[in-house]
Amino acid sequence: MTSYPTFEHDVLVIGAGGAGLRAAIEASGSGVSVGLICKSLLGKAHTVMAEGGMAAAMGNVDDRDNWKVHFTDTMRGGQYVNNWRMAELHAKEAPDRVRELEAWGAVFDRTKDGKILQRNFGGHRYPRLAHVGDRTGLELIRTLQDHGIHQGIEVYMEVTVVSLLKDGDRVVGCLAYEREHGRFRVFKCKALVLATGGVGRAFKITSNSWEGTGDGHALAYDAGAELIDMEFVQFHPTGMVWPPSVRGILVTEGVRGEGGILTNSEGKRFMFDDIPDNYKDQTADTEEEGWRYVTGDKNARRPPELLTRDHVARCIMREVKAGRGSPHGGVFLDIAWIKEKIQNAPEHIKKKLPSMYHQFKQLANLDITTTPMEVGPTTHYIMGGIRVDSDTQASTVPGLFAAGECAAGINGANRLGGNSLSDLIVFGKRAGEYAAKFAQENAAGSINPSEVEEKAKAALAPFEREGGENPYTIQHDLQEMMQDLVGIVRVEDEMKQALDGLDALKKRATNAFAPGNIDFNPGWHTALDLHNLLTVSEAIARAAIERKESRGGQYRDDYPAKDPEYAKFNFSLKKADDGSMQIAKIPIPEMPAELKQIVEEMG
Amino acid sequence: MAKATFSIRRGGREMAEMVDYTTDVTEGMVVLDAVHQIQAESAGDLACRWNCKAGKCGSCSAEINGMPKLMCMTRLDTIDITQPVTIEPMRAFPPVKDLITDVSWNYEVKKRIKKFKPRKPDADDGTWRMQQEDIDRVQEFRKCIECFLCQDVCHVLRDHEKHQEFIGPRFLVYTAALEMHPLDTENRTEDLKELFGIGYCNITKCCTKVCPEGITITDNAIIPLKERVVDEHYDPLKKLIKLFRKK
Ligand SMILES: Cc1cc2nc3c(=O)[nH]c(=O)nc-3n(C[C@H](O)[C@H](O)[C@H](O)COP(=O)(O)OP(=O)(O)OC[C@H]3O[C@@H](n4cnc5c(N)ncnc54)[C@H](O)[C@@H]3O)c2cc1C
Ligand code: SF4
Ligand code: SF4
Ligand code: FES
Repeated sequence: MTSYPTFEHDVLVIGAGGAGLRAAIEASGSGVSVGLICKSLLGKAHTVMAEGGMAAAMGNVDDRDNWKVHFTDTMRGGQYVNNWRMAELHAKEAPDRVRELEAWGAVFDRTKDGKILQRNFGGHRYPRLAHVGDRTGLELIRTLQDHGIHQGIEVYMEVTVVSLLKDGDRVVGCLAYEREHGRFRVFKCKALVLATGGVGRAFKITSNSWEGTGDGHALAYDAGAELIDMEFVQFHPTGMVWPPSVRGILVTEGVRGEGGILTNSEGKRFMFDDIPDNYKDQTADTEEEGWRYVTGDKNARRPPELLTRDHVARCIMREVKAGRGSPHGGVFLDIAWIKEKIQNAPEHIKKKLPSMYHQFKQLANLDITTTPMEVGPTTHYIMGGIRVDSDTQASTVPGLFAAGECAAGINGANRLGGNSLSDLIVFGKRAGEYAAKFAQENAAGSINPSEVEEKAKAALAPFEREGGENPYTIQHDLQEMMQDLVGIVRVEDEMKQALDGLDALKKRATNAFAPGNIDFNPGWHTALDLHNLLTVSEAIARAAIERKESRGGQYRDDYPAKDPEYAKFNFSLKKADDGSMQIAKIPIPEMPAELKQIVEEMG
Repeated sequence: MAKATFSIRRGGREMAEMVDYTTDVTEGMVVLDAVHQIQAESAGDLACRWNCKAGKCGSCSAEINGMPKLMCMTRLDTIDITQPVTIEPMRAFPPVKDLITDVSWNYEVKKRIKKFKPRKPDADDGTWRMQQEDIDRVQEFRKCIECFLCQDVCHVLRDHEKHQEFIGPRFLVYTAALEMHPLDTENRTEDLKELFGIGYCNITKCCTKVCPEGITITDNAIIPLKERVVDEHYDPLKKLIKLFRKK
């Protein structure tokens, strides 16, 4: 039997985005030994791409803000299928987590009186997003990284985890390979935190990087954990649509927060045409009121461009379908128009949205200070993920914790912009804290060498399938199918077709061939990622079929209305003994009276 | 459809050759798209790093026709594609495979720089007050995406291989961001001189020219740091104060 180099830690964190880094820092602070594994180099995780900001009710810009309003906004945005306890903890703890970043060296934009500046974002009643221009994710990840490297955390970069290892019921480690030479490594731990981010790569048009292949979702699922809310995928309304090579790249909501408007080919601000009832009293009646809102008038209500993402994305789809789209199948997002309202508009835009300016100038040859952008929906975020305990982030499998985008609960059916970065630090911290506690309270388990052997062998299989299929082709076909059949607008027939399609793709995946040698071989990596993408795709399709209503990120053309029955539970997916995917309803516990009261008062 | 040929370094740490690949060119395409297309069509094992595809993560650094650039931000219509386009890894770091280099040295260097040490909070609730104009400069430095292109182009590292003595422009920017942070109380001038080799920089400004984030590395970061070093070391009064501080 081959023996692989083995590394041992009390707590092992998989993923070095905001959630993983914050978890590792916390765990390490409580005195246990911590290992941190990531697929890319340190500091390059998806979190680095976040733009707009992180939501925390500090009330620096509008002192009417507090955790209760943030909690209510989050629940309303999530259409009340959120885990209310997580939404509560998040709203209460986010301000402290943000301030802590400042103590670790983060340099946020400032208010006139020298405090952390906060900006408007969709679905947030008051200006709430702490930010640094439009590169907030970079500030977050760099702050955590630069603080973390002095905490004695052992970092394993460019190492990919392929499977979790168990001792009985409990997770006790994982099998991984280092990308440079494809050599396997065994990691042994007492508690393991998954912080692997999202699944955007299951769709053709996405703002996500190659890393977003749902690894943590699949690793947890294969280890017996439950996934919930998988039908809720967030399609961000504004991705780039032109030129083709940049299709899907994100255009931050911050553009609308700074006064950007959406118009169709007739020059009409179409967002005024359809304002959902539950947001009517919070939304501006006139363009003039909308402008006053974005310039800080506390008595004005927000413009309809800042309604929740699911709604804005669907309005854009509607315009495009009705033939009122832009030349390349999107609509127009115009920030240049503010020159009618303020002096030095081009300078102001460049100062507030520097990386957007840069991105369009360099990639699309377009100056956003003079010309409207073309935008359309892009797969952005998954609300669904590993089911965790609200306070400890423990999954349903002992020893396994999860935080960040790969965990679920806080966002319900739709995430508000800015609530992810704050989620990462609030629940990253909690995951680290409770994983460390678990590690201190439990002895090490043992790793079964034949399980390791078997899994390593399976991972090497793609090299032996001479004459097999190109893994990129399979990935491409999967993305195309998910985009077409389980995308923004869903119907039962198409999704059933997708399930059949997934069966066929699974068969093809078992015949994926990786040419070349094992050293840093992206073809091989793509072949291995297919299993994860197929797992999450199936989970998304199955849950979406069962939810016969429209709510948040899930829009069913055959069930366009919201059905109160479906507000009573979440769907969970679990691997059955025969390997098939089982779906179940998990009742949502009743909200305690004091939270109910808050929702009513703030509502 | 228009086509272009890319001559790409293929090989590992020791041996490598330049291999030509021809692929279709479409509107708005960047060099990274071409590399991905080649991966999917004919070279599944072609290794390159990338994440964001929008100039935000600093993963895809390479030398395109000899120029250090981000592959994801280099549009094909900005370079001459009538000739084969060469794509090579950064030269200041050991090659690993194809377009990938071993940049671990950079991570080691960063650990040696004393970390941020804030003054006591200004307000009772544990927060600080800072004016926007006092942090503009630091925010400029903090835009750095750690692409290491400046390190690649700096002759002290690239040609003279002073990796032991000199931390390179990226980490001078990093040190400057800490030193000029309004809340920071640590002093790194001694280290700059003795350990970080700031004296090796002879202000050629090559680093500033390649920085994709447009950070004015030399003028805004390195020169002021050099001045601090000079001030502290040659100003007798400051030196005296420093002696006191040390006790
Ligand atoms: C363009 C863009 C802009 C955004 N803007 C905002 C915003 O303004 N505000 C906001 O709140 N949210 C925003 N989001 C969402 C937010 O950025 C993400 O939800 C969040 O960063 C996810 O963080 P994470 O820590 O969960 O995971 P990530 O940051 O995605 O990190 C995942 C980590 O897991 C590692 N990993 C994955 N699989 C494996 C494996 N098998 N083995 C080893 N390691 C693995 C990866 O290498 C990586 O280190 C944005 C997202 C995008 C794409
Ligand atoms: S200015 Fe200094 S740091 Fe920059 S490239 Fe020239 S010598 Fe190197
Ligand atoms: S300073 Fe500029 S060139 Fe150097 S690593 Fe940072 S972003 Fe890259
Ligand atoms: S891929 Fe992120 S900078 Fe090029």
